Amino acid sequence: MSEPEPVKGILLAHGSMARGMADAIRRIAGVGEEALIPLSNDGKGPDEILQELDQIAGEGPVVIFTDLFTGSCALTARKACFESGARVVVFGTNLPMLLDFVFHRGLPLDELVPRLVSRGREAVQSAPPGGG
Amino acid sequence: MSILLYRIDERLIHGQVVIGWGAELRPSRFIVVDDELAGSEWEQELYSLGLPSGMEVVYATVRDALAGLPGWASDETPSILLTRDIESMVALGAEGGLEEVAVNVGGIHHAPGRSDVLSYVYLSDQDREGLEALDRIAGEVSARDLPASPKVPLQSLLKTG
Repeated sequence: MSEPEPVKGILLAHGSMARGMADAIRRIAGVGEEALIPLSNDGKGPDEILQELDQIAGEGPVVIFTDLFTGSCALTARKACFESGARVVVFGTNLPMLLDFVFHRGLPLDELVPRLVSRGREAVQSAPPGGG
Repeated sequence: MSILLYRIDERLIHGQVVIGWGAELRPSRFIVVDDELAGSEWEQELYSLGLPSGMEVVYATVRDALAGLPGWASDETPSILLTRDIESMVALGAEGGLEEVAVNVGGIHHAPGRSDVLSYVYLSDQDREGLEALDRIAGEVSARDLPASPKVPLQSLLKTG
């Protein structure tokens, strides 16, 4: 039996955030560029972003990570998923979530996505005044 | 005047408008004038997700907006009016509704045939003609992405090369 196709990760964010986060993931996890593909909205209209997203996403399973829950990146990502059951958007992306993603791309989307959301939420913590 | 900002922005409702201009102008209503969006409920739902709770939003065709404009401009609700393209804003001004209005160009992005003028404004020859037409019927046309950014006058936008 052949291995399932690994989930493709696309990080769509404002300005240079996507490139910076993808670079950080590669440095920390030592994974290749194919593990997480950065895409910026810089200078692009919604149609151009959607076209690029579709081109990168292809036909297989995809998680599109965005920075905000709303806004042009989030809206375009939702549109890209509208007619495809193999694409999911995850909003509010953080590095712990992305790190988990690059090491678990072999999981099916219905198992992977709740896991990523959970990892991302668990990672948001605070320290008491004075360090703690 | 209760329409505080008339803006051309391909992204319509998004962070710069809601957060950047919203914090400055404190609108209670967004008026989105776009023929395609006015006919698509699911897309309206997507755009509405980007609004703070309690914010009123109107999605209108250009034709409906022409009829609604005098009322929106004179009622008590502070509003931001958005079009996706230059043509829709020109059409809105066809009956004199923009004569005393400053139109803000906030985002026209890269596309075939367009070249960069600002980091957030790319124009084709047709776009420049559209802006000139808009200038003839509006009080002022200038570009500014955020309230704190410098205002770029139309003449600077029309320069080529």
